[in-house]
Amino acid sequence: MTFLKSISDVHLDILKEVGNIGAGHAATSLSTLLQKKIDMNVPSVRVVSFDEVMELAGGADNVVASVFLRIEGDAPGSMFFILPLQQAEKYIGQLIKKQSFSFSAEPDNELAFSALQELGNILSGSYLSSLSDFTSLTLYPSVPALSIDMVGAVISYGLLEISQVSDYAIVIDTALDEEDANMPDSVRGHFFLLPDPESFHTIFTSLGVKVDV
Amino acid sequence: MFKTAEIIKVGIADMNIVKAPDLIRTTGLGSCVGVVLYDQAREIAGMAHVMLPDSSLSRTEPLNKAKFANTAVKELFDALQKKGARHSGMKAKLAGGAQMFQFSGSSDMMRIGPRNVEAVLTELKELHIPVAAQDIGGNSGRTIEFDPKTGLMHIRTVNKGNSEI
Repeated sequence: MTFLKSISDVHLDILKEVGNIGAGHAATSLSTLLQKKIDMNVPSVRVVSFDEVMELAGGADNVVASVFLRIEGDAPGSMFFILPLQQAEKYIGQLIKKQSFSFSAEPDNELAFSALQELGNILSGSYLSSLSDFTSLTLYPSVPALSIDMVGAVISYGLLEISQVSDYAIVIDTALDEEDANMPDSVRGHFFLLPDPESFHTIFTSLGVKVDV
Repeated sequence: MFKTAEIIKVGIADMNIVKAPDLIRTTGLGSCVGVVLYDQAREIAGMAHVMLPDSSLSRTEPLNKAKFANTAVKELFDALQKKGARHSGMKAKLAGGAQMFQFSGSSDMMRIGPRNVEAVLTELKELHIPVAAQDIGGNSGRTIEFDPKTGLMHIRTVNKGNSEI
């Protein structure tokens, strides 16, 4: 884990702030869109093994709705917006004005998938643009892709870049839920930001912090 | 005394070896490939969860051999032989290598599933290990479980049900 050796606690704190600003804006967008109060946790920034990354989203076997996009520009990386199926169904129901939407009952409802993809698009867009403002870096999101599948199958895409330099990943993870939902961590919505290894240097430099990565 | 069967887990970029009656499992294969080498007569099998096609992509030391197709297959092969499997009795089964997301103008990295499969097959050919069965490609995640006693691989997907190869 050579590239991780140069990352100190100060750096992790900076990444936490990065996640805080990004996810804060995204949570506001979600709240506006659904006209609901959304709670956001203080993001956690963790250096974890690949298997532990899966655990953060409920385990490799856990089935989730995820919107994945690549970040291009000055600091490339991967971003995931992950929702437990139940919560995704609820949001879709609200967006397409249908009381009880369920994936199993309507596996081919294109409108529903499109709505969820757009939700992911809006949220990750606001995450990225606030990040871009904060760091003065140019960041473009790719068109988001939607997948309803196992956590392991989905998140491994975000680990491809980092897996070439390390067996560990730095994950900026923010959990969200609706107020009073009181759900355990594994069944909440998550934003994962996984910068590519080269991007850490760019992010830190843009914020005026020295690092020898 | 009867021994209850245990399920040995293989994580991402990881490998392990199992003897009957135990089973071996890996979960959430997307673009990754789960490759099993087994000698059914000896009831022994090894599984690797491969992430990337070639170790030349690695920019770190020490190399995690289970992560790359070209090193993982060889490593499994050697480890199995040390545990008593015979080269002549060895066969392979593989699953995974899906394309989970469709991106327009997708980079090489997004095509990683097919490249992983290709690399595993090349390596198996080099070692003269026949492929008994495979379930590859598509756009679904897979969880696989292998029984060294029967030589069967059980595959579970979210959208396409269960199957056995």
